Amino acid sequence: MYEKNGEKYYICDAHIALWDARPENQRNIHGKQFIDCFYDYHKNLSPEEVVWDYDTYTYYGEQRLLKDLFEDGYVDHAIFQPAILSDFYKRGFGQTEDALALTRANPGKLTYNHAWDPRHEEAGLEQLRKDADRMGLKGVKLYTAEWNGDSRGWKLDSLWSRRYLEECLKLGIKNIHVHKGPTIRPLDRDAFDVADIDQVATDYTELNFIVEHVGLPRLEDFCWIATQEPNVYGGLAVAMPFIHSRPKYFAQIIGELLYWIGEDRILFSSDYALWTPKWLVEKFVDFEIPADLPEYAPLTIAQKKKILGLNAASLYGLDVPAELRLSMPEPAVAS
Amino acid sequence: MIAVAKSPSESMELEAEVVAALATVIDPELDQPITDLGFVSSIRIDDAGVTAHLRLPTSFCAPNFAYLMASDAVDALRRVPGVGAVTVLLDDHHDSDKINAGLAANAGYVGTFGNEADQDLDELRRTFQRKAHTAAMERCVMALLRSTGKTIEQLPGLTLWHLPGGPHKDALLRRRTDIGLGIRPEDPVLVDDDGVPVPPDAVPLRLRFAKAVRISVEGNAHFCRGLLATRYDDEPITTRITNTRRKR
Repeated sequence: MYEKNGEKYYICDAHIALWDARPENQRNIHGKQFIDCFYDYHKNLSPEEVVWDYDTYTYYGEQRLLKDLFEDGYVDHAIFQPAILSDFYKRGFGQTEDALALTRANPGKLTYNHAWDPRHEEAGLEQLRKDADRMGLKGVKLYTAEWNGDSRGWKLDSLWSRRYLEECLKLGIKNIHVHKGPTIRPLDRDAFDVADIDQVATDYTELNFIVEHVGLPRLEDFCWIATQEPNVYGGLAVAMPFIHSRPKYFAQIIGELLYWIGEDRILFSSDYALWTPKWLVEKFVDFEIPADLPEYAPLTIAQKKKILGLNAASLYGLDVPAELRLSMPEPAVAS
Repeated sequence: MIAVAKSPSESMELEAEVVAALATVIDPELDQPITDLGFVSSIRIDDAGVTAHLRLPTSFCAPNFAYLMASDAVDALRRVPGVGAVTVLLDDHHDSDKINAGLAANAGYVGTFGNEADQDLDELRRTFQRKAHTAAMERCVMALLRSTGKTIEQLPGLTLWHLPGGPHKDALLRRRTDIGLGIRPEDPVLVDDDGVPVPPDAVPLRLRFAKAVRISVEGNAHFCRGLLATRYDDEPITTRITNTRRKR
């Protein structure tokens, strides 16, 4: 919970990770390049006083995660969105078992989302059933640009992917988070392209598709699709930190999202440990649309509350304390 | 006849032509020259030819874009008269070896990436040329509205003739040429990707979408510039030029 000027905000960090990118876990040069790239993001877009040293960044462990999120970072609930990247890391980049154990040890505070890869076909489907049962899955994080042998990516609307989505429906896994953002190589199987979201959002209306990184670097394609598909949401991971380095650009992103998809479908995420939530939450609550962007309406406190946590709480059925919910609008007084 | 070494001024002229050639190479996603973005780390001109090293904001920058820019750089340099042998090398990318070998062998995109590349890059390039045109159109129209105090409804039949000259208009004309649209004064400004005029009632939405495109393109450029500066924070984000040419 975060409180400012008498207003209390429920905070759900909808995209966090517990990763291990230490050299001993790197399978190859790509593993090093991947974490180096993350570290450049971290250094480039964080305020100087919250930049970590490189070694801490490659592995920070469970206790640091708990402290950064829940003690210092005002977070009420956080959702693991792992990138497995087993072609780059020996034991995977996201630490599945550790994150799952941490989730169990902190009931009500963490949700563990897992991943699937349709290129594993029938065997992967069987694994998904087991995972859903063992991990109590309500969501998954899909990395369509993940390498897998000769293949460097896949599409959500491919035949096998559809079978997995249908299985998700059966298993009650309703929240499908999809990485559509910068880095990680697509070739002409263009993994930045959000067109495949359009296809499956239309066909699976009971599933929620949360586009992580709001489609950046192709925000407009995401907005165009999300406007037409009511079950498409925007995750602010990677867009959030611009609030510090490029506040005007951040205002434009938020302004465009509010115009195209509205205040009920935008989810706050720190993308921890790319960035820590504390400063993002503080700056977002203080944030105002700059005066030189008169085309955007001011952000209201209710909009900020929805974005910071209430929208994600609604998708995940989280129990928000009554004092942190939005009060019902005052009924109009009959004259 | 005895070969006479070129005078320093002629060698300097070549240097300027080489830089100007590389300045015609555009990052398709950012719609800015690779020279402005700091992607050209060095240019070496010697008696044999020219060698340019390129670098990108991350080692994971999409390889199709990386290849596009590197091969455009080769083509641009080859068009410089008397330049000699042209070598372009992409540094610090996870596909550096593959791309550099492909460029050296003139293998083309499909030849370079083999079964990973289903098709050539023309469609990808065209997609981003269309986006660049959309963003340029929005800049022109919004600047016009701001300077005249009018609304878009008050500008029926807006044509290129109505747009004041300047960098915004120049940019729009270039983008129109890139995607095969006309640049006559009577040509309409508000058109779709195929040059079809936008019906009046669809204009507000077309402009609103164009704005999102512009914000996206500009934002990506901020992002990439920032990442490049972070990645090479011990090096200047300028181009090192060495020129030892004595003769052509």
